[in-house]
Amino acid sequence: MIRARSLEKRFGAKRALRGVDLDVAGGDFVVVTGPNGSGKTTLLRLVAGLLAPTAGELEVATERAGIGFLSHEPLVYRELTPIENLQLFARLYRIPERGERIGMLLERFGLWEVRHERAGTFSRGMLQRLALCRTLLHDPGLLLLDEPFNALDAEGAGLLDRELAELRGERTFLVATHDPARLAPLESGRLALA
Amino acid sequence: MSGYAADVLALARKDLLLELRARDTLPAMLLFVVTALVVFHFALPGDASETAAKGLLWVAIVFTALLGLARAFVAEREQGLLDALVLSPADRSAIWLAKSLAVLAFLVAAEAVALPAFSIFFSGVDGPTVAGVALADLGICAIGTLVAAMSVAGRARELLLPLLFLPLALPAIAGGVGASVAADPARYLGFLALYDAVFALLAWASFEYVVVE
Repeated sequence: MIRARSLEKRFGAKRALRGVDLDVAGGDFVVVTGPNGSGKTTLLRLVAGLLAPTAGELEVATERAGIGFLSHEPLVYRELTPIENLQLFARLYRIPERGERIGMLLERFGLWEVRHERAGTFSRGMLQRLALCRTLLHDPGLLLLDEPFNALDAEGAGLLDRELAELRGERTFLVATHDPARLAPLESGRLALA
Repeated sequence: MSGYAADVLALARKDLLLELRARDTLPAMLLFVVTALVVFHFALPGDASETAAKGLLWVAIVFTALLGLARAFVAEREQGLLDALVLSPADRSAIWLAKSLAVLAFLVAAEAVALPAFSIFFSGVDGPTVAGVALADLGICAIGTLVAAMSVAGRARELLLPLLFLPLALPAIAGGVGASVAADPARYLGFLALYDAVFALLAWASFEYVVVE
């Protein structure tokens, strides 16, 4: 599903990613590790198509609509409620029966009770839960998750553990994390960036 | 409704809802345009020509538009949301069109106050002036939204936006002033319509390259 050869990304004189080779097949769960500044986020953004490689080859065998991208930022409008945010993205992704899908995700991630409150009033952990709802909303085949456990409390992390375990094998994962031990039971491969 | 139109509508509705909640663009535009007209009213001598007054009206309109454009992508910039919009299967030009429509709505709302205020402070606003303002608005919002998206990525975005916008908007401003003061406004209105068509098409076609590296 993803094939990269000698993939490199520079921002001006600064090299953010150097010579990465990567093969990810459909159904794989690949964990990307490395210290700060090693290029984990850059790699995910390249695969998502948000950045263009400076050198090397990159092939991603899925359409834009088939990608679920969880970024450092929650990528939700703070002035809108969870329902309004998810309704907007559900429309853009042309999700049929979006009310049902949104309700199910908000229930699953424990945001149903606050569905009419503005996202700007949420804690970082609640925003991360909402970001996960947005990422999974269109049932993507390829999930690019950047530090998915970031800011989640024990309950939220447990919910995400269960969600990932459920989707493991049915979806393709590329997950950047500083805590690979947590994902060890799920991972099928690992890419260590230096 | 086609998928494209539905996307534009959903995105524009979102921008209007954000403004309704945050109220951080339209009040600033209204305050600026009214203040500018009040200052011009006291600064111009009593026997100043109508041409001079109309010129100042256009100065107020252009800088009010610039104020709106500077705020156009604030939510997307501060919260990285352009990534989420760009990743969605919606056509990227729909993002531009929706944002242009939202900026146009704010600008028209500001002008709905500015033009009557101009009539009170200076002279009546005639049909060609209103037509010139309406046509110039379209071009200003079309090209302004494109350069606002370009300046989002830059570090010196507050400087970049006027640097890019004002030279590109100059023909629209000149056409608008011409339509307001010339004896034969039709020529200028025709020019404005042509400017709108060319720059809207240009912005529509190039927005994808602006938001994707």
